Amino acid sequence: EDEDDNLGLEAWERSYADDRSWEALQEDESGFLRPIDNSAFYHAQYRRRLRTTARIQKGLIRYLYIVIDLSRAAAEMDFRPSRMAVVAKQVEAFVREFFDQNPLSQIGLVTVKDGVANCLTDLGGSPESHIKALMGKLGCSGDSSLQNALDLVQGLLSQIPSYGHREVLILYSALSTCDPGDIMETIQKCKESKIRCSVIGLSAEMFICKHLCQDTGGSYSVALDESHFKELIMEHAPPPPAIAEFAIANLIKMGFPQRAGEGSISICSCHKEVKVGVGYTCPRCKARVCELPTDCRICGLQLVSSPHLARSYHHLFPIAPFDEVTPLLNDPRNRSRSTCFGCQQSLLSSGNKPGLYVACPKCKKHFCLECDIYIHESLHNCPGCESL
Amino acid sequence: MASAPSKLYSDDVSLVVVLLDTNPFFWSSSSLSFSQFLTHVLAFLNAILTLNQLNQVVVIATGYNSCDYVYDSSSTGNQSVGNGRMPSLCATLLQNLEEFMNKDEQLGKQEPEGRIACSLLSGSLSMALCYIQRVFRSGLLHPQPRILCLQGSPDGPEQYVAIMNAIFSAQRSMVPIDSCYLGAQNSAFLQQASYITGGVHHKPQQLDGLFQYLLTIFGTDLHSRNFLQLPKPVGVDFRASCFCHKNTIDMGYICSVCLSIYCKHLKKCSTCGSVFGQAQTQSDEPSATNRKRKTTDA
Repeated sequence: EDEDDNLGLEAWERSYADDRSWEALQEDESGFLRPIDNSAFYHAQYRRRLRTTARIQKGLIRYLYIVIDLSRAAAEMDFRPSRMAVVAKQVEAFVREFFDQNPLSQIGLVTVKDGVANCLTDLGGSPESHIKALMGKLGCSGDSSLQNALDLVQGLLSQIPSYGHREVLILYSALSTCDPGDIMETIQKCKESKIRCSVIGLSAEMFICKHLCQDTGGSYSVALDESHFKELIMEHAPPPPAIAEFAIANLIKMGFPQRAGEGSISICSCHKEVKVGVGYTCPRCKARVCELPTDCRICGLQLVSSPHLARSYHHLFPIAPFDEVTPLLNDPRNRSRSTCFGCQQSLLSSGNKPGLYVACPKCKKHFCLECDIYIHESLHNCPGCESL
Repeated sequence: MASAPSKLYSDDVSLVVVLLDTNPFFWSSSSLSFSQFLTHVLAFLNAILTLNQLNQVVVIATGYNSCDYVYDSSSTGNQSVGNGRMPSLCATLLQNLEEFMNKDEQLGKQEPEGRIACSLLSGSLSMALCYIQRVFRSGLLHPQPRILCLQGSPDGPEQYVAIMNAIFSAQRSMVPIDSCYLGAQNSAFLQQASYITGGVHHKPQQLDGLFQYLLTIFGTDLHSRNFLQLPKPVGVDFRASCFCHKNTIDMGYICSVCLSIYCKHLKKCSTCGSVFGQAQTQSDEPSATNRKRKTTDA
């Protein structure tokens, strides 16, 4: 009757029940146990990712539809707890990350169930409304239909302005597709409408998905497990390379609203409620909106703030990849530059031998491997170049 | 897997990374002298270390030509310096600061005419964020980090993109950036930084009492801030400036390729060279020289 004694474990034992700390140890050449040093492995992975993102023009204003396959195959349990649950959770994380990296872009959701494709949410810029709509509709049944999904998305994307980049991301669990007509015609129509289609498969590689992605310039990948799926879907968050003919350059009229004064009372145009204080005023029609970025409901002007635009500037001014440096053991300069310029961590590995580190090609300062990853993936500034 | 929280690191343990503005062009014309300023700051740093045994302080000097670390309370080499009359924190910090400022002066750039030169805030912010990432990597038990900018020099428009990148990175890592502005004008960069990252921005009215402002506003740890009334952000201006005239505008035109802001309709984007309104076969990419040119466009 002791309620702490679940599963036959005492309370103090339960905190160690899932702890497999012996898996993080490795024997080194002299027989001692050392923790596994993963930093070189992560760094090699990151170098591979860096090579693929050369300095090419990126499409910054994206209109992306996410097609979620809710057929029978999505209820399979090979991804725990089920493929559907994993997909829903990762789509939620992806939507937040997408709006973080692309604040001026919009997402829409489409589901495929019983062979019919339905538009779950329209193109919009607010992550909460998409996530709420998705979490409500997670039942799986019937067949999946690639052609119906593509037809629906192609119709919806024909209405967007010409300066936007059109994209579709299909999360496909099934191994077959039930189509009413010739899917090759649909693929041809998508190609002519300049839609970039990418697919992430959850079961196995399919020829039709591969053909679709190759024809439209998208990417096709198949997930091996939950963490691999998360990696693959997050690869679609940063803007993809843009093909110049796909989107016509244009000047978009936008407004930069001021924050409403403290204590001002008005009815906001998005919730139709009385709000005090917080909010923004549209510069054209003076309507009150609650959050940015958004489209003014009264006059249709796109409203943003300057940080939203600044979030994308690092795509336009990327920093050069750092060069790997293999230090010479007898180099006298090694003694003076033995700490990372960014975090002051010692660059000497165990035994006072110089370890592997990197250097910026412009300012020549040295950085450790972890700072290299952080600088290129999150910070987008070289501390050395900024300190000159 | 959640293990029982260790009693060692409670809610109010902080790591404060202080970015100290040492720009000689600002300090030579400021009403508060640099040595008085240092007196306030050193007392404040000592106070932070006494608030909790596990608190840590790191000081990075923001110079005119360079930036560097001048003090780290967690490094073990601190105990050797000391002449018995000053606590070793003061002695170490002052010695390192003097070396830094000598080196900074020797890298000498010419003073620009007409306006006060700005210090390299983007460099020291980037270094602070790298240091904080190292603290995050050290495991689950670490103090709560935050950044405190003590800045007097005006904003340098050429650092806008770099500072915004640093601010967004701090926001993602949930590191608040507090700022105390000591100059005459207002600093839009620091106001935006504190607003976006959830820190506190304050411009003290009376610089003689700087120590009191520092201790009561910026000395508070992140957990206690939920219960305290700290200065609220007022009047943060998020309007943009147009790239052509640098005027603040509330309605403008954005190039869909490079997101440059213009106040009136143009045929061609001056940053990326895209021609508007027609399909293009090749458009130029904004290069590094364009970036410098953009900020000096009249």
